[in-house]
Parts: sequence; structure tokens; C-alpha cells
Amino acid sequence: MDKNKRRAYIINTIAIVTLYLAFFILIQTKTMNKYFIGIAILTCIMIIMAMSLNIVAGFLGEMALGHAGFMAIGAYSSASFSIALFNSGIILPDLVVLILAMIVGGMVAGIFGILIGTPTLRLRGDYLGIVTIGFSEIIRIFFINFQPTGGAAGLKGITKLVNFNNVYWITIVIAILIFTFGRSKHGRAIISIREDEIASESAGVPTTRYKVLAFSLAAFFAGLGGALYAHYIAFLEPSKFNFMFSIEMFVIVVLGGLGSLTGSIISAIVLTTLPEMLRGFAQYRLLVYSLVLIIMMIFRPQGIFGRTEFSLTGAIDLLILRKNTKKSVDGGKS
Amino acid sequence: MLNVTDLNVHYGKIHAIKGVSFEVNEGEIVTLIGANGAGKTTILQTISGLLKPTEGSITFNGENVSKMPAHQIPEKGIAHVPEGRRIFADMTVHENLMMGAYIRNDKEEIENDLERIFLNFPRLKERYKQIAGTLSGGEQQMLAMGRALMTRPKLILLDEPSMGLAPLLVDEIFNMIQTINSAGTTVLLVEQNANKALHIANRAYVLETGRIKLSGSAKDLMANPEVQQAYLGG
Repeated sequence: MDKNKRRAYIINTIAIVTLYLAFFILIQTKTMNKYFIGIAILTCIMIIMAMSLNIVAGFLGEMALGHAGFMAIGAYSSASFSIALFNSGIILPDLVVLILAMIVGGMVAGIFGILIGTPTLRLRGDYLGIVTIGFSEIIRIFFINFQPTGGAAGLKGITKLVNFNNVYWITIVIAILIFTFGRSKHGRAIISIREDEIASESAGVPTTRYKVLAFSLAAFFAGLGGALYAHYIAFLEPSKFNFMFSIEMFVIVVLGGLGSLTGSIISAIVLTTLPEMLRGFAQYRLLVYSLVLIIMMIFRPQGIFGRTEFSLTGAIDLLILRKNTKKSVDGGKS
Repeated sequence: MLNVTDLNVHYGKIHAIKGVSFEVNEGEIVTLIGANGAGKTTILQTISGLLKPTEGSITFNGENVSKMPAHQIPEKGIAHVPEGRRIFADMTVHENLMMGAYIRNDKEEIENDLERIFLNFPRLKERYKQIAGTLSGGEQQMLAMGRALMTRPKLILLDEPSMGLAPLLVDEIFNMIQTINSAGTTVLLVEQNANKALHIANRAYVLETGRIKLSGSAKDLMANPEVQQAYLGG
């Protein structure tokens, strides 16, 4: 058991480092131009968004359609923070500023997660969906009218702090954090609420508290994603965080498999790069996108991975060593 | 150990439990029998905090638990195996059992208890890594009982453990209940299979439309012509 775990750690670490080196070489040799690097960075941000949404939509099994709202809160609060920091004349290394800004963005979004989650989580399913849509629209309209952050014209003057190097490793760290959380006692408690709320309560799980925890954690990580977004694009406009964007994230999670973090990762990669690859037929982009969804839901309604996690070690066993191991829920490629 | 006095429960305007009083003493197997809709499940759900009584009190070892939220009840030593098992279908057998140990933090003891449960339910050990939803009905019942035992209860509430099971499995489940009881856990059993329930119980209460109609030792009730007529098919 322990030996397997260590093996999984080693294999996954090698995979993460190899992937990084591959990108590093591609960037250094200029095989990858700025445009593709940009897509890679946005993909990393979307991975964070999808994984964070999966805490509510997948682990807790609740419909949350306002994730863009939390991202907006994280983006605007972190950007306001970093702008204030630069204006105050305090000079700090870029990475430190970025991390501080992320913490601010994540915390503010997390607090809003608690504020919104506490009264609304007694609602279930589609009712909660509608409330979350309403909430994220309120956020968007607030920022359109809030002049200190630029209003409808957008927030300018954010220092660009995100590059591929730091966003890659930040994504890895966040992925590990969410993975570990999902496997912990608390993660399991949240999943048990999805499975059967009454049984979960009977087992001693304070279900309301855990629902709020899941909701605010998702908001926290969405805030981190928003902070990264703000410090990559360096310009924020409220219209970016509209309802369609929330839906887009929800679609990524559903397509990857509700409850499967590796599914979210792969689905985020596919659905973020696919539209870019289809730039040539810009007008058909959404058509293809929608078709993919329809086909997927007809033939594989549980998403790419369903609720299981993709295991790199398992895949190696199966493909290279031809060992017929049972599909395991261990390990995971990030 | 458990004292229920003058319990009244409403579902909206429907008066489901109308002044029920009973007690369960330490070490006993007590069964509540009655037809569909008599209020058996409602009583168990009220004891475990899932429903709130409109009147009356439930005391457990001298402590009033009738106003406690459901998630605090397991800590007091009451475990509930709900009707229809309600296992966590998408989790593995192991994860289900670990959910039972949610309220505990003593890692080593949890491992010991796991081993003990596997001794009692060897089938669960074979299916350790299996997704619980793929277990058979009997195995799911064992898992639900195992999960409840992981809380280390003093009193276990069993709601229709034999429901939907093949006759052979029913016998097995009832044997398990006796094993659990002889290991020191008090049992409050709700059953439609009155015959089997009365065979293993010390005492019994007969419920009819929210009221206790008869009570006494299981032996006496089995001999009671009224009970035989109504519940034992005799």
C-alpha cells in the first residue's frame, strides 16, 4: 500500500516536471509564440476555476451557476490591492506581490462565499442554481456601476505579474491542495452529503456547516483564479464575468465528470484550447462547442471520467506494463 | 437507558405520534412492531434528531436529547441505521465505514474497530474496495450496520433491517443483531417481520396509528391471540 503510494508520488512528480520542462523548452526555443503561451496561461486559470467549482458541483453535488461572480470578486479585490500596494511605493518582488494579491482575492471571495452560502444553502438543486445566477449578476452590475474600480469602462493599470512559469506551479499547488482536501475526512464528509444527506447527518456530520465550507472554499479558490486572471490580462471589465462565463465553467465541470478533479483538468484543457484552435471558424465556435456538449451528454452523461479520478500510475500499469490492475482511484495527473 | 415520555410528532397538520411512552434498558433488545403507517420509523427518526417532537421528551442516560440537532446524537452514543439502508452509494465500502467513524479521532482504535467489524461481516472485508452501490441488498444492510457500529454506539436503532431481503439473508441479519447485542450494544429494533423480531427481542411494543396498543415481554406478546391474529398471521 505504502509502496504504491510512493510510486504514485514519484510518477506524478516526474510527469509534472516533464510537462513543465516541455513547455519551458518550447517557450525558450520560441516554438511557442506569445499567443500560445497566453492560451496556456488561460488554460491554467480555467483549470483552477473548474477544480474549485467541482468542490460545490461535484463533491457537494449542488448546482452553482454563479462562479464567475466569485472570480470577479477575487479579480477586482486583488487588483485593487496590488494597485494600492504599488501606489504606496512599497517595493516587493513580483511573486510576493502576486501571492499577497491572490490571498486578498481568495479571502474576500471566500468571505462572500460564506455570506451568500449561509442563507442560500438551505435551497437545493435548481432553486440554488437560480439564486447563484442572481448573485453573480448582482456582482457584475455592482462593478459596472462602481466607479472606484473603473465602472463599465473597466479597471486599468494592473501590473502584469503572471507568466507561464509562476501560473503553472501555482496551478499545481492548488490542484494538490484540492486533491488532498477531497481525500481528507472533511472532503469525504462533503461527498457523503451529496450521497445521502440524512445518512450523513446520522453519522454525525454537521451538514449545514460543511455545505457552507464547501461553498466558501470553492469561492476562495475561484478568488485565487480571479486574482491570477486580473494580473495576467492586466485589465478588468465587468462584462467578462457574465452569466455565460459561469455556464462555461459549469459545462467544463460537467463534461469532465462531476466529482472528478482530473476530469475537470482535462476538460478545462480541451474546452479552453479547442475554441482557440477553432479561431479560423470563429462564427461556428459556439456551434461546435454546443454540439460537443450535446453529443457528450447523450453518449456519456456522467462526463469523461464520471466520478473516478484518472490515475497515471494505473494508466502506465495498463498500457506499458500490461498489468491488469483494477481501475484505481489513487494518484492523479495534474 | 432510553426513556421516551409522552412523545408527540406532527408532520405539518398530521398528528403522526400521539403520546407514545416507552423505555429501553441497557443490554436489551426491544422491538417496536406494527403495520405500515403506525409510526415506527417516525419514532426512530425523532430519537435520532431527524424529526423534532412537538411535545414530550426523550432522555438518554438522563440527558434530554429531544432538542438536539441530528449530527450531535451519534456523539451521545446513539447510532441510527435508517430505513432503506441509505449507504453512500458512490463511495467504497471502506469509505462508508470511515464515514461511520466521522465523529471519532482515535486512529488506532478506528483500525481495531474496522477489524472487528470485518470479523462480524466477513463479506464486507472481501468487498473492501468495492463501490458500495454495487453491493447486494444484504451486503448493503451489513454495511449500513457496520457503519453505525463504527460510531461505537451504546444504543443502535435499526429500522426495518430485513426489508427486501431473501429469507436466508433475513436469518443472517437477525443473527448479526443478536451478535451485536451480546457484544454489549443495546438494540431498538423496528420491524414489519414481527415474528422474527419477537423471537430475538426481550421486550416489545405494539404500535397502532401513532399509539402504543400493547406492550410486554416478547414471549407474552407472541402468545397473545390478538398479536397472533394481527401480526403473526396466526
